[in-house]
Amino acid sequence: MRFAYEFDWSVLWRHPYGIWILKGLLVTIEVGLLAWIIALILGIFIGTLRITTWRWMRFLGTAYVELFRNIPFIVQLFFWFYAGPMLFGEKLAHQINRIPDLNFYVAIIGLGLYTASRVAEHVRAGFASISRDQYQAVLSTGMTQVQMYRYVIIPYALRIIIPPLTTEFLTIFKNSSVAMTIGLAELTFQSYRIDAVTFHGLEATTGAMFIYLFLGLSVVKFMGLIEKKYKIKGMVGR
Amino acid sequence: MQVLLKEINKSFGNLKAIDNVNLLIEDGEFFTLLGPSGCGKTTLLRIVAGFCKPDTGDIFFGNKKVNNIPPHKRETGMVFQNYALFPHLTVFDNIAYGLKARKISKQIIYSKIEKILDKVQLKGLEDRYPGQLSGGQQQRVALARALVISPQVLLMDEPLSNLDAKLRVGMREEIKRIQKDLGITTIYVTHDQEEAMAVSDRLAILNFGKIQQIGTPSEIYFKPLNSFVAGFMGSSNLIKVNVIDYDPQKSLLETEVNGNRIYVKSDKISDKELIISLRPEWIKIADNESNKKVNCFSGKVINVTFLGSVLRYKVEAFKNLIITIEIQDPQFYEIKKEGETIFFQFGVDRPVIIES
Repeated sequence: MRFAYEFDWSVLWRHPYGIWILKGLLVTIEVGLLAWIIALILGIFIGTLRITTWRWMRFLGTAYVELFRNIPFIVQLFFWFYAGPMLFGEKLAHQINRIPDLNFYVAIIGLGLYTASRVAEHVRAGFASISRDQYQAVLSTGMTQVQMYRYVIIPYALRIIIPPLTTEFLTIFKNSSVAMTIGLAELTFQSYRIDAVTFHGLEATTGAMFIYLFLGLSVVKFMGLIEKKYKIKGMVGR
Repeated sequence: MQVLLKEINKSFGNLKAIDNVNLLIEDGEFFTLLGPSGCGKTTLLRIVAGFCKPDTGDIFFGNKKVNNIPPHKRETGMVFQNYALFPHLTVFDNIAYGLKARKISKQIIYSKIEKILDKVQLKGLEDRYPGQLSGGQQQRVALARALVISPQVLLMDEPLSNLDAKLRVGMREEIKRIQKDLGITTIYVTHDQEEAMAVSDRLAILNFGKIQQIGTPSEIYFKPLNSFVAGFMGSSNLIKVNVIDYDPQKSLLETEVNGNRIYVKSDKISDKELIISLRPEWIKIADNESNKKVNCFSGKVINVTFLGSVLRYKVEAFKNLIITIEIQDPQFYEIKKEGETIFFQFGVDRPVIIES
């Protein structure tokens, strides 16, 4: 088969393009991991708020989830990047806008806050799968509500929701590509950049595709090990 | 710890779950709430535990009113029907977390758990997970978890209902033994009347959120106050009769049902119409000649059930009533077939007069 198009796969490793791809990958990994830490901690917290017996706490949790999951991520990202600094007042906004690599931090925070709303819902589903009797059993042994969540319910719920958390974890790397719209030089950005310079976008994008695939499969493998380690004996698992 | 429930009422929407319940449970007593599904017994237990607030009424532990004390400060231990163990924690941790919450030193935790595991006969299984235990073992863990915190009151919500019949009998004896050993005030909820009789010092029978009768198992079995209790505790033939005459010399009431005379021992003359309760095992099979005797009747066998130690007849008698008769140890009885005529008799002191 012959194409009018001349393939040149060497744009994936030739100087300086190979370095661009590696740098992009590094940024993608950094943003993904740091955003994941925010998403996980905040998500567990918000998810717990949503089922506590204190009404205004529940309201707070619900408001957070509905706000963040109902606005497209790209809109949120634009908001944080362009309007976010202004929330701190004119003087501070000026200083914030001068922070080097601001788009890197905004991407991490924006992605973390957005993903937290999704993690929170998984956490809530985990809580809901635990029977009422089990909550009451803990309370009747004398634990306070906070102790109950901290020592018993959250560790239990997290084990139950490892599969959906795996999906969220690998989605966070994929979603990090949206940050190219605020100029973050992550993997997708770099593949476009190679296209702009060499007109070999097909190869560059294909390369990025396989790197994302590899990254995602690594997350799946890693979470699989976690799942195995924390598998509850006597329950169905992989 | 004495438990006092005073004029407790609780509704869920239009449904009156608890209807003006008053109850005094003595210190160290094994007290059972018995009733059919939906009678309010579990709601009442949850009110005592603090998981459910009554609409009106007060709960006292000893002299202390506990209405506004949250569940985790009430010093109760609770055992659930589905065990409610944590599958991600070992047996040891399942039992220990109540102690950990109390900031007790590790050493004391270890010795307490060792003691309690010994009591419920689970030694050596500390490191197992609930999923690796049998149902009976899981229930023991649940019991140990409730007891290890030395609660003032032990609450048990149908703890044996998920176990098979043989194990249930074994476990209930064990629960009774442990309860007596520790002398802990216990409130036990069940729908199983045999279980209730086997374990309880006293029990309350509930129906539609109302207490029907309170008493020892034998009081309730032999002297049911109403037809619900008579029918729920064991089985009973409830016969509606018309009073004809009363002989104060013999304290004998002459009654009639569909043309048959039934004589009933009674201290006093009662209403025109009343219900008598007759346990199936109180009725004896009679031979044909005894037909002329007091309280001897004939009927047609419509159903025969052989249960080994018991033979049960359903007999159509008094024209159109179905009477159940039980023969204990039926080995030397000639078993009648369906359709045959049977003669039966009972003493005048047997029927219990109950309020309608």
